[in-house]
Amino acid sequence: MDAFKSWIARSGTGSILLLALLIVVVFPLTMDIFRLNLVGKYLTYAFVAVGLVMLWGYGGILSLGQGVFFGLGGYMMAMFLKLEASDPEATKIQSTPGIPDFMDWNQLTELPLWWEPFRHLPLALIAVVAVPMVLAFIISFAMFKRRVGGVYFAIITQAVALILTVLIIGQQGYTGGVNGITDLRTLLGWDIRDDSAKLILYFVNAGLLIGVIVLCRWIQMSKLGTLLLAMRDKEDRVRFSGYDVAMFKVFAFVLAAGISAIGGAMFTLQVGFMSPSFVGIVPSIEMVIFAAVGGRMSLVGAVYGALLVNFGKTYFSESAPDLWLFLMAALFIGVVLAFPNGLAGLYESHVKPWFARRKAPKAAPAAIEPPAAPPPAPSHKSAPPATLPGGVQGQSA
Amino acid sequence: MSNTDFVLAIEDLTVSFDGFKAIDALTLYVDRGELRVIIGPNGAGKTTLLDLICGKTKASAGSIKFKNQEMTRLAEHKIVRAGVGRKFQTPSIYENLSVFKNLEVSFPQGRSVLGALGFRCTDEVKERVQSVATEIGLADALDTEAGLLSHGQKQWLEIGMLLMQEPELLMLDEPIAGMSVRERELTADLLQRICKGRSVIVIEHDMDFVKRIAHKVTVMHQGKILAEGSMEKVQADPKVIDVYLGH
Amino acid sequence: MSFDEIYNIALMQGFAGLSLFSVLLLMGLGLAIIFGQMGVINMAHGEFMTIGAYTIFLFSSLTESYAPGLMQAYFPVAILAAFLIAFGFGWLTEWALIRHLYKRPLDTLLATWGLSLGMQQVFRSTFGPKEVSPTLPDWLMGSWSPSEGLDIPINGLFVLALTLLVTGGVLLALYKSRWGLRVRATVANRPMANATGINTKRTDRLTYAIGCGIAGVAGAAFTTIGSTGPTSGSLYIVDAFLVVTFGGAGSLLGTVASAFGIAQTQSIAEFFLTGSMAKVLTLLLIVTILMIRPQGLFASKIRR
Repeated sequence: MDAFKSWIARSGTGSILLLALLIVVVFPLTMDIFRLNLVGKYLTYAFVAVGLVMLWGYGGILSLGQGVFFGLGGYMMAMFLKLEASDPEATKIQSTPGIPDFMDWNQLTELPLWWEPFRHLPLALIAVVAVPMVLAFIISFAMFKRRVGGVYFAIITQAVALILTVLIIGQQGYTGGVNGITDLRTLLGWDIRDDSAKLILYFVNAGLLIGVIVLCRWIQMSKLGTLLLAMRDKEDRVRFSGYDVAMFKVFAFVLAAGISAIGGAMFTLQVGFMSPSFVGIVPSIEMVIFAAVGGRMSLVGAVYGALLVNFGKTYFSESAPDLWLFLMAALFIGVVLAFPNGLAGLYESHVKPWFARRKAPKAAPAAIEPPAAPPPAPSHKSAPPATLPGGVQGQSA
Repeated sequence: MSNTDFVLAIEDLTVSFDGFKAIDALTLYVDRGELRVIIGPNGAGKTTLLDLICGKTKASAGSIKFKNQEMTRLAEHKIVRAGVGRKFQTPSIYENLSVFKNLEVSFPQGRSVLGALGFRCTDEVKERVQSVATEIGLADALDTEAGLLSHGQKQWLEIGMLLMQEPELLMLDEPIAGMSVRERELTADLLQRICKGRSVIVIEHDMDFVKRIAHKVTVMHQGKILAEGSMEKVQADPKVIDVYLGH
Repeated sequence: MSFDEIYNIALMQGFAGLSLFSVLLLMGLGLAIIFGQMGVINMAHGEFMTIGAYTIFLFSSLTESYAPGLMQAYFPVAILAAFLIAFGFGWLTEWALIRHLYKRPLDTLLATWGLSLGMQQVFRSTFGPKEVSPTLPDWLMGSWSPSEGLDIPINGLFVLALTLLVTGGVLLALYKSRWGLRVRATVANRPMANATGINTKRTDRLTYAIGCGIAGVAGAAFTTIGSTGPTSGSLYIVDAFLVVTFGGAGSLLGTVASAFGIAQTQSIAEFFLTGSMAKVLTLLLIVTILMIRPQGLFASKIRR
C-alpha cells in the first residue's frame, strides 16, 4: 500500500486525476454548452502547451512554430469536413458543383489531386498526425543532426511558421486563403454543430487530452525522460555516454508536433473552421506562454495555463481590450523574470509548504522537515502570499 | 595503415584551426592495460588530442585506430559505443539528478530512443550501480542530488559514470584539478585499480601525481610529441627541461 | 519590346532589388549588433523601428502645424531624433529587462516578445489603430530619369544612401572605435574583458542602445516607402532575424552579403511569380540553406 502511495506521489497521478475530475466532471456539470464549447476550444490549445512541456521544459528546445503543427492537424481535419460539406447536391449553385466553395470562387474547375485522400476519414485521420510529424521529423532531423539548437532552432521554426502562413494565404484557391476553411457541417453525416455533438466532442477532446498527458507522464518517467533532462543540462555528457543526442531531440520535437496536431484537429471539430490565424508566429508564441504560465515543467500546469490565459483573454477582450495586450505583455515578462516555473512553481514553493505546515503540528516527530524550512506559520494565515522572494529563480536551473 | 596490437594507434594525426596546427602529424600508440599520462605546457594540444580521439573535433588528416577500427569518421556516440570513455576537464555530471540516476543513465543499455522508452532498471543494473558506487566511494550517497556533492566527489562520480559503460579506453582530462591532497591520493588509488583490464589516458599537470600513477609518460609541445618513456627518462630529457623551464 | 526597353526593365528590376537590399540591411543592422554581437534575441526589434517611424510622423505633423516653412528641412533632424529616442528607450529597456536575462537566451526571447506586445499597445493608444504616413519633403518625392523610359524612385535612392551611410558608420565604429574594441573584447571573452578594465555592463547597455537606435533610423527611413501602424514592426521581425542568421551571426559583412542575396533572390522571383510565392520561395531557400549550413554564410572556425 505504501509503495502504491509513493508511486502515486511520484508519478503525479494525483494531480492528473484532479485535472481529469475538473474537466470531465466539474466543467460539464457547471457550464452551459456554449461555455463548455469555449472551454473545449481552450483545451485544444492545451495539447500544444503539453507538447511544449515535453519539448521545451524537458528537452530544452524552444519552438516558435508549434502553430504550424496545430494548424496542419486542423487543416487536415477541415479538408475532410469541407469535402463532406461540398457534395454536389449542396453545392449545385456553383459553376463547378462538388468542390469546396472557395475553389469555385477562385475559378478552379476540379479538385486538386492532393485533396483526394481527404475524401476518406481513415486517411484524413492518419494525415492529421502523420503529416505534421513527418514535417517535424524533416525539420528537426536536418537541424539537430547539425547541432543547431537553442536560438537558431527557434528562429528557423518561426520562419517555417511564416512560410506556411504566407503559403496558405497566397494559395487561396487551394487553401481557402486568409478566411481559412469555413462552413464545416457534418462528420460522416453526424452534424457537429449540434449541441449534443458539441457535448460529445468535448468529452472526446477531454479524454484525448488526459490520454496524452498520461502518455507524456509515462515518457517522463522512463529513461527517455531522464535523458531529455540530462541532455538539456549537459548535452555533451549525454553524447559521450554513447547516446545519439540528435535522435532524442528529434523524438521530442516529433512527439510535440503530433500532440499539437491532435489539438488542431479537435479545434476544427469543435469550433467548425480552421484559418491561417492559428498557424502563424503570433499564435505560436502565445502557445508558448500557456506552457510558461502553467509551468514549463508541468504537464498538468500546461492545461491550467492554457485555460487561465484564454479565460483572461476572452474576459478582457470583451471588457477592456486595450488592457489585454498590456496584461499579456506583463505575463510574458513576469513569467520570465519572477516566476520561471509558472503556476506549478508557485504551487511547489508556496501552496505545498503551506499544506505541509498545517499538517506538521499533528505529526511533528515523524515529519522530516528540510533544515531550511521556515518555522510553522500561525494558522490564521489563510492564503499563500502573492509575491515571491527572489529565491525562486534558483529553481530554473 | 597496418593493423596493430595496440588498443589505440594514432598515426600522422593533424588538425588545424584556420591554419593553426593544434595537432601536427602526431603519432602515438597505447598498449592494452596501460596507464599513459600526457603532460605538456598549456596550449600543447593535449585536450585537443582527447577531443580528436573521442570525435568532439574532427581531424584534418591522419588516422585514429581503436582496436584496429578507424575512428576519425565515426560519430561521437558510436566511438563511445566502440568502447572509448571520456571525462571532461570540469566535472560534467547531471546536477539535478541523484547519484544513482547519474550512474543508471550511463548504463550501456537502452541507448536508442525506443530502447530508452522500454528500459527497465533491473536487478542487474542496480547491482552494477552499487558496485561502481562502491568503487568510487559514493555507495552511501546514492540518493544524494549530484549537485550537492563536493568537487572531488563530482569528479569521481563522472569517472564512475564512465565505468558504467565498461570502456576499454578511458580518457581523463585533469581528473585531480581542484582536489585536496587526500582526495588526490584516493584518486591515484582509484586510477590504479581501474586500469586493470583497460587502458587509461590521463592528462595531468601535477608531477607527483604523474610519477605515482604513470606507466609511461608522453610529453607534448606545440601539437607534437616531444618525448616519450618512463617518468625518469622523460624528466632527464634536455628538450623537455627546456620546454618546461622556458627559453 | 525593343532592346532599350528590356535594358531599362532590367535596370529598374535591379534597382528594385537594391532597394529591397537596403531595406533588409537596415532592418538587420541593429539586430546584427544586438543579436549577432551580444547574442540577445530582441523580439521587440521591430517595435524599435516603429518608434523611429512614429518619430518622423510626429516631426512632420509638428512642423506642418507650427513651422510650415521648415518642411523641406525637418527630415534629417527627425532621423537624428529617431535615433536618439530609440537609443534612449533601448537604454532603459536594457536596464529594466535585458540585463537580468543575459544567461537565459530563450527567456529573453519571451520577455522581449512581451515587451513588443506592450509597445504595440502603447502605439495604438497614442497614435490610433490606423496606419499613418508623414508628409514628406518634396525632394524625397518623384523619380529620377537619367534616360528616356528609366525611372528610379528618389525615396529608394534615399534609403539606399542612408543604408550605405549607416552601414559604413557601424563598420567603422565596430572596427575602429574604442566602443567597437570594447564590444568585440566583451563578445570574445567577457571575464577577460572585465579583468582588463572594460566595464562590460556599461558596454552591454551602450551596445544594446546603439542597436535600438539603428533600428529607429531604419524605421525612420521606411516612412519614405510605406505607412506606419502599431503592428508594423512585427512584419519585419522574422525577416530581420533571417538576414542576420543567414549571414552568420557575429559577422557584420555576412549580414550585408545575406541582405543582398535575399533581396536579389526575392526581387528576381517576384518578376516571375506572385509576391507571396516569391516570398515563400525565398524563405524556403533560406531555411534550406540554413539547414545545410547552420552557421550561415560567414562564420569563423573556432575550437569549441
